[in-house]
Amino acid sequence: MNSPIVFDSSLVTANPLPPQAETIRLENVGVRYRIPSERIATFKEYFIRRLQGRVKSKEFWALRNVDLNILRGEVFGLIGHNGAGKSTLLKLIARVLKPTEGRVVVRGRVAPLLEMGAGFHGELTGRENVYLNGALLGFSHQEMEAKYPRIVDFAELQEFIDAPMRTYSSGMWARLGFAVATDAQPDVLIIDEVLAVGDEPFQRKSFDRIMQFRDGGATILLVSHNLIMVEALCHRVAWIDHGHVKQSGLTEEIIREYRQSHKNET
Amino acid sequence: MRGLFNKVKSAEVQSPTVGSVYDSSLKRSTALEELQEIFLYRNLVFQFVRRDILTRYKRSVLGIAWTMLTPLGTMLILTIVFSKAFGIKTEGYAAYVLSGLMAWTFFSQTSNAAIIHLVWGGTLLNRIYVPRTVFAVSATGTGLVNLTISLIPLIIVTLFSGIPIGWPALLIPIPMLFLAMFSLGVGLFLSAMAIYYADIAEMYQVILTGWLYLSPVIWVENILPKGFAALLIRLNPMYYLINLFRMPIYEGVVPTFTDIAISGGIALVTLVVGWLFFSSRADEFAYRV
Repeated sequence: MNSPIVFDSSLVTANPLPPQAETIRLENVGVRYRIPSERIATFKEYFIRRLQGRVKSKEFWALRNVDLNILRGEVFGLIGHNGAGKSTLLKLIARVLKPTEGRVVVRGRVAPLLEMGAGFHGELTGRENVYLNGALLGFSHQEMEAKYPRIVDFAELQEFIDAPMRTYSSGMWARLGFAVATDAQPDVLIIDEVLAVGDEPFQRKSFDRIMQFRDGGATILLVSHNLIMVEALCHRVAWIDHGHVKQSGLTEEIIREYRQSHKNET
Repeated sequence: MRGLFNKVKSAEVQSPTVGSVYDSSLKRSTALEELQEIFLYRNLVFQFVRRDILTRYKRSVLGIAWTMLTPLGTMLILTIVFSKAFGIKTEGYAAYVLSGLMAWTFFSQTSNAAIIHLVWGGTLLNRIYVPRTVFAVSATGTGLVNLTISLIPLIIVTLFSGIPIGWPALLIPIPMLFLAMFSLGVGLFLSAMAIYYADIAEMYQVILTGWLYLSPVIWVENILPKGFAALLIRLNPMYYLINLFRMPIYEGVVPTFTDIAISGGIALVTLVVGWLFFSSRADEFAYRV
């Protein structure tokens, strides 16, 4: 176990991390988007208003006062309506977005499994795309050379790997994306509604791999509307509602409450 | 098998974010941090350059030869129009136009690509962390590859125009480096602006057209009227950079210390300003795109 370099002086934890150490912590996190509230037609008008300080925008808190602790080796679910702030929360953890207020601490390498095959180019061959996608994930050329055979093997695309990816089926496209993103054991794996990839055998294979990561100590963040899946997989769940953590705790309880609230609505 | 596995394990440890702690509240020097990140992600820069070069001409018959044919074709048209119709008589005018055109095209394409790639890369930036400067840096890399390839037709056209090529030609990497620094600085600055105001990208096209005519690409300096025009063109940074680019091959002279100092100074200041401005804004990009 490699002891992580801790920059945070307020966190005086002993290394190596105990098995129940937290991987992700959100402290009083808020994300505020500004949405222009009136249409400004021209550039000139914009500049004039800007100088006069009259550019009006509506403030919209996509997340507010969010506190979460997610532990090592935990499968953590995020549930809530569309637009509740789940995706924004994932962006914070994936380092894509910095919070407007509060603090986000993430230990280790985050592997996003958001939209598979994003970053592939249809004109390039499968092989070229594996190297390109690996670079996007931050791997060096040498690392990718070591990973390459395993990736192709896992995606079961040996025959087609030197064909341009535009000739691939969407299932092949997704398989290669999954294989590149999950080749190395990540510390945090983010899964956003894309657990079902390819045909049934491949789905089983990718599911097994995710479970291996969990057993190997990875933290898995799962965002899904499929409550049955969340129930089956997650240790704990946070229910996000209008940018707040409405409830968080053991999966069974939260899902029961969540379902109850749906019944009351209808 | 076992040995291979071990090797893989140790290689993976070197990944940029492995074993590190990300804390959003830590305030660090964003410009320096970005520099460090782009170094860690140098493989991505290489892969982006490779992708851009491979895919650009992938379906064309002549392929990468277009990198040389496009400036040659433009040169041919401009040379005919301006020497026949407007009567410009300069020794080796074709080589003069081609060398100016190459420096200009490099600048305009690189700075434009920096804007387009960042705005296009928005979807990517929303899903996965990559250093934000990677788009502008790889656009500059792609431009440099194309510029290097088009040195071949430049040398041929120069020799064809009856201009001998001497050892000063070996100094061509100096103006190329300065052009790259300048273009990267401008590209970074404009792409950071274009995230906020999409109009910048459109406006820049018009500005580039005007800027081209303010730069010594088609016209030769001695035909310009003295006075205001001469002053105006000296305010144009591309005036110095294009002239420096012409020295080693077209003029066959070694640039003086002053030539190098002026162009180098312009390039360095532009790059530093562009980099600082860009990295100070980079955290806000995800809020916009």
